[in-house]
Amino acid sequence: MRRLWQDAIRSFGGVGIAFILLTVGTWFIFMILLPQLIMLDFSFRPLLPLRKIGGPEDVYTLKNYIVLFTTPLHRAIFLKTIWSSIVVTTVALTICYPIAFYLAKVARGARLGWILMGLIIPYWINELLRIFAWQLILADSGILNQLLLFIGLIAEPLNFRAGNGAVIMGMTYAYILFMVFPLYNAMESLDRNQIDAARDLGSSWLRVHRRIVIPHAKPGIAVGCIMVFMLAAGSIAAPQLLGSPSSFWFTEIIYTNFETANWNQGAAYAMVLAVLCLIFIFGMLKIFRVGLKELAS
Amino acid sequence: MKSSNVVLKVVTGGYLLLFFVYLFLPLVFMAIVAFNTSPIPQVTPWEGSTLKWFGKLFADGQMWDSLINSLIVAFFVVIISVPIGLGASLLLTRMQFKAREGLYAILVSPLLTPGIILGISTFLFWDRAFFISGGLWTAIMGQSTFISGYCMLLIMARSQRFDKTQEDAAFDLGATHRQVFWKITLPFLKPALLSAAALAFMQSFENYNTTLFAIGFEQTLPIYIGTKLRSFISPAMNALACIFIGLTIAGATVYEIMRRREHGKN
Repeated sequence: MRRLWQDAIRSFGGVGIAFILLTVGTWFIFMILLPQLIMLDFSFRPLLPLRKIGGPEDVYTLKNYIVLFTTPLHRAIFLKTIWSSIVVTTVALTICYPIAFYLAKVARGARLGWILMGLIIPYWINELLRIFAWQLILADSGILNQLLLFIGLIAEPLNFRAGNGAVIMGMTYAYILFMVFPLYNAMESLDRNQIDAARDLGSSWLRVHRRIVIPHAKPGIAVGCIMVFMLAAGSIAAPQLLGSPSSFWFTEIIYTNFETANWNQGAAYAMVLAVLCLIFIFGMLKIFRVGLKELAS
Repeated sequence: MKSSNVVLKVVTGGYLLLFFVYLFLPLVFMAIVAFNTSPIPQVTPWEGSTLKWFGKLFADGQMWDSLINSLIVAFFVVIISVPIGLGASLLLTRMQFKAREGLYAILVSPLLTPGIILGISTFLFWDRAFFISGGLWTAIMGQSTFISGYCMLLIMARSQRFDKTQEDAAFDLGATHRQVFWKITLPFLKPALLSAAALAFMQSFENYNTTLFAIGFEQTLPIYIGTKLRSFISPAMNALACIFIGLTIAGATVYEIMRRREHGKN
């Protein structure tokens, strides 16, 4: 401990240490730790009128969590959130893998620069607007219906927004680029000679990917999957803009809870969502045998 | 052998093209609609070209109010997140201590948490602990929680390449900590600090999820857009989308030019 302090004094000086403690301390305590603890506390308390808060009825309870599993509708919506997030993640990974490989190991020079720029532009455009674009495509008088009517494939406009398909499509479109960049970053550091050597020795492309590229890109695959899953499971814009009354989503239940000032219920459901993402993160790290440290690289 | 290479090239090229059509076609449609006279946002039937939806958009006072709020929020998010990112990256790259990895995991955790959870927890915390109800301040705090993480990662990436002997030499020659920081550490980190500031501004300006839950009854531009898109959709929103796309293309171009210049230098 004393060594640590001496090290710190030597490299930063008193003012430097004060700056670090102030910034990191504020972030850690007032922005990360305490807000999460308060939310956890809320989630275990019953919803009470203001004058009863702190009174004898204000005791810890699991009620807010139990509701999720005893309300069939909420349970079904929660399960839907899980499987549709997995669908979005899988589709994004499948579509992006070849793109990332092409960018990292085939494209070069100015061409690479142009393609990267072509990816950055839609990546930077607001999530809401990207989902709005699909609202226009899938609307009753939207482009897709107009096109199908024009070809003569359908006689009446189809309601694409019934069910969950539209929301899943919107999520895939909005979050797909969060898969490309981590994959690309991970594959870029792979030595091309390894691939060439394997090819020269007669390995098929499939084998090259299975034995060389995928093992090397594991941290990137894990990060991409974690990001896309988290964004899809926590997406509120896609359900709000593309969902129909028949398709209600978990984030919308949470939002409704807050609109009706049922903060306790909302906090409990938010905790459930957080735990779901945490389980997914650790699952990914386990499957790909990646350490937390490698995630940021 | 040769012919299979050609096939591979055609397949790759076709796939790439398809992917870019998928990425850009919806955006192109969205932009075109802004110029159609039809009051329902659609491409066909084309009822004549017009710029009136831009006029409608600019005449909307709410839009300007929310834009100003967005700029205020983004400004403070930059002011808060960049120093936090700097402090955290100095701590994590220069010091060796047992809890280092654990601390790192906690500090990046907001980046892996759904935005709505950050918004909710920030809202509840400030409401309960300081009796400050949702508004611009809680939006700033909620956004900074995860944007600081982006800043930290950006600054860390550069900080790891720092040659510590420069500092040691300065200390040996009798420089004070203040001199070393302002003359050596800061100039070296400057490009990372600038890109962290730019990223923080953009992330804040774009943010919807966290802000929606943290901000209470106030509106930033994304909240305004979200509210509009959920109720009655007017082509005025397409006009706004057009402006966003234009700004993004300009921003990406500047970014690319700067990146190439930076690359050329090294």
